[in-house]
Amino acid sequence: MTTTNLDPVLSAFERRPESLIPLLQAVQENLGYLPPDAMGTVARHARVPRSRVFGVASFYSQFRFNPVGRQRVAVCRGTACHVGGAKFILEQLERTLGILEGETTGDMEYSLETVACIGCCGLAPCITVNDEVSAKLTPMKVRKQFKKARK
Amino acid sequence: MTAAFEQLREVAEHAWGSLTRGDTPVITVGTATCGRSAGALDTLDVLRGELAGREIECRFVEVGCLGPCYAEPLVTVSLPGAPTVCFASVNIRAARKIAAYVAGEDLPEELAFATIGPESVPGIPELMDTPVMKGQVRRVLRNCGIVDPGDIHHSLARGSYSGLQRALELDTEARIGELERSGLRGRGGAGFPVWRKWQFCIDAPGDTKYIVCNADEGDPGAFMNRSLLEGDPHAMLEGMIIAGLTIGASEGFIYCRAEYPLALERLAVAIGQAEDVGFLGPDALGPGRPFRIKVKEGAGAFVCGEETALIASIEGHRGMPRPRPPFPAVSGLWGRPTVINNVETLASVALIFQHGADWYAEYGTEKSKGTKTFALVGHVARPGLVEVPLGTTLRELIFDIGGGVSSGHRFKAVQTGGPSGGCLPEEKLDIPVDYESLQEAGTIMGSGGVVVMDERTCMVDFARFFLDFAADESCGKCGPCRLGTRQLLRILEDITQGAGTESDLELLEGLCHNVIEGSLCGLGQTAPNPVLTTLRYFRDEYVAHVESRTCPALACRDFIAFEIDDENCTGCAACAALCPVDGISGEKKQLHAINAAVCIKCGVCSDTCTFGAVATVDAHP
Repeated sequence: MTTTNLDPVLSAFERRPESLIPLLQAVQENLGYLPPDAMGTVARHARVPRSRVFGVASFYSQFRFNPVGRQRVAVCRGTACHVGGAKFILEQLERTLGILEGETTGDMEYSLETVACIGCCGLAPCITVNDEVSAKLTPMKVRKQFKKARK
Repeated sequence: MTAAFEQLREVAEHAWGSLTRGDTPVITVGTATCGRSAGALDTLDVLRGELAGREIECRFVEVGCLGPCYAEPLVTVSLPGAPTVCFASVNIRAARKIAAYVAGEDLPEELAFATIGPESVPGIPELMDTPVMKGQVRRVLRNCGIVDPGDIHHSLARGSYSGLQRALELDTEARIGELERSGLRGRGGAGFPVWRKWQFCIDAPGDTKYIVCNADEGDPGAFMNRSLLEGDPHAMLEGMIIAGLTIGASEGFIYCRAEYPLALERLAVAIGQAEDVGFLGPDALGPGRPFRIKVKEGAGAFVCGEETALIASIEGHRGMPRPRPPFPAVSGLWGRPTVINNVETLASVALIFQHGADWYAEYGTEKSKGTKTFALVGHVARPGLVEVPLGTTLRELIFDIGGGVSSGHRFKAVQTGGPSGGCLPEEKLDIPVDYESLQEAGTIMGSGGVVVMDERTCMVDFARFFLDFAADESCGKCGPCRLGTRQLLRILEDITQGAGTESDLELLEGLCHNVIEGSLCGLGQTAPNPVLTTLRYFRDEYVAHVESRTCPALACRDFIAFEIDDENCTGCAACAALCPVDGISGEKKQLHAINAAVCIKCGVCSDTCTFGAVATVDAHP
């Protein structure tokens, strides 16, 4: 990714250190993840050292340093989901998609991650697929939902 | 009250009146995050399609969540001249029936949950008489699920911003006095008197001051702020403007989690509308006295709920806390005096100025005034968002409002206060929910998460879950938290996996106290609470894990097995069909068997079996 591609994204933000997190969010929204050279561009725009950009990006769980699949599957790890059996949902997804938490399928179709509580606790356990919530899940429902997609 | 505000109120009342007393049918659908995950957008599409097909003109309003998440999607219908009826669990088939009702057919009573308003229908309770609502006092949440969060006129017509008008007429001393008389304490967890925090900031030297709304609702299992921001964002904005006015700030920041995309969206709309009518902008606090609000999106760090970490995050740093004092009220954002209040606190401030301190303090206990919202979740029959007077007992909350434990199992424990709180057993259910009583019992009020657990939950594993969370979310700045939470987690993992020893319990306790005493911020200082309370109330479960290598709840996978008994199994194959690993085999109408080699011990088979033929057994009898 070259610098010119990001200019329209970056220009919406003031060139100040406190723009750093919104800048990283905008870049990730645009590219799907944070490649090293994009972080360099952000560093120049926010007028901070690259080390600080990496320090901040690696601190927050929202930021990713690798490309993600077209479908981002995230298992909620909130308390209500835990009590409702979220670990079985995660394990089922790992089996069905053939990847572990934090990984992406070889065809770049699916990524599997966990997310801190999404606040849908009344309908636990739940997952999100590209920010759309599926609720009241069981391992079998998950298997059916994704088995079709994998074939 | 100024003439301009009176005029605005008139316009708003007209808009609201045309909705509630017009001659067009009005249909509201709860499309907050919880409604959407239950299929509310599909329900809305079907209703729109069906009624367009019948050429019936209707007004559709997307509202927030009314509270009973278990009954989502919720739809209300107001036909001209008929009572407003609220329908629950409206799936696509039910939506078609409701469309037929709007078109003139009989009311589908079997779908009706309640009526709303003074007019009633025989056999259908009024909303506030339903079991889930009866014990509740809805003040902070009064507009949630009722008004369109995208239309400021609705909130205005129902009283919002009248508190701001009143506050504008008072001087600083009178405003602080009002707040002090109300007895309002911070709703984010610690319960610090709000007026005192504001007074510290007023007294701090400096011309530039800030108000920050903490909407970084990080506690897993809690969604009070999400619901309020999605359902009635103006409730909080009004309180925030009053806070800015009182402490002398001309700028405010809302720090909201990125995990709440819909709340962020609705907040942006609400801020835009408040700017349009002049509640925010260059003359918001009087001629030439500006007040503006900016939204800062969090990036996924639980520790940013801690005040000083939150400030670091807004400034564009890693969200790491720093020692206090100086407290943010003296030196906060960019070194300026800053008040940080939680969403519900600010919404309560608005109510106090709308109705007066005495009205607010009508409810509550001597030291904990007002009402509080709670996210009631877990193994409870009616999970959802509730609001009750402080002083209500846990038993009333869980059994009267929540309908008790779901699925016929026995109650075991309730957890309040999220990762900073603790677990209480049945004998503590009659304590009143107020800041002091909960603390005395070993837990905290926290922001309002209440997680109910039945007998199938292992309390050691539950403590392990929270320590896993704390170890993951520890920012790493101070050793006691960074290393201590990880060690606590390792010991708990050993115990739940069958590698624990008797001396581990003493080790756990000692380490807990070290982490509490040595940690820099609230995260580390409270992270051991789930361990300490489970050790205090459920010690026998720990002992069983380390002494006899059994899990009394039959939950820890290394201690259990599933078996099908030959007497009760009818060979219906229901379990085999649902086993996620295809680990159950057998001929139709013959005894089935579980393949222990592939079994993941998820328990789906025993939940599914209606003949009681699948037993969870101790793996090492």
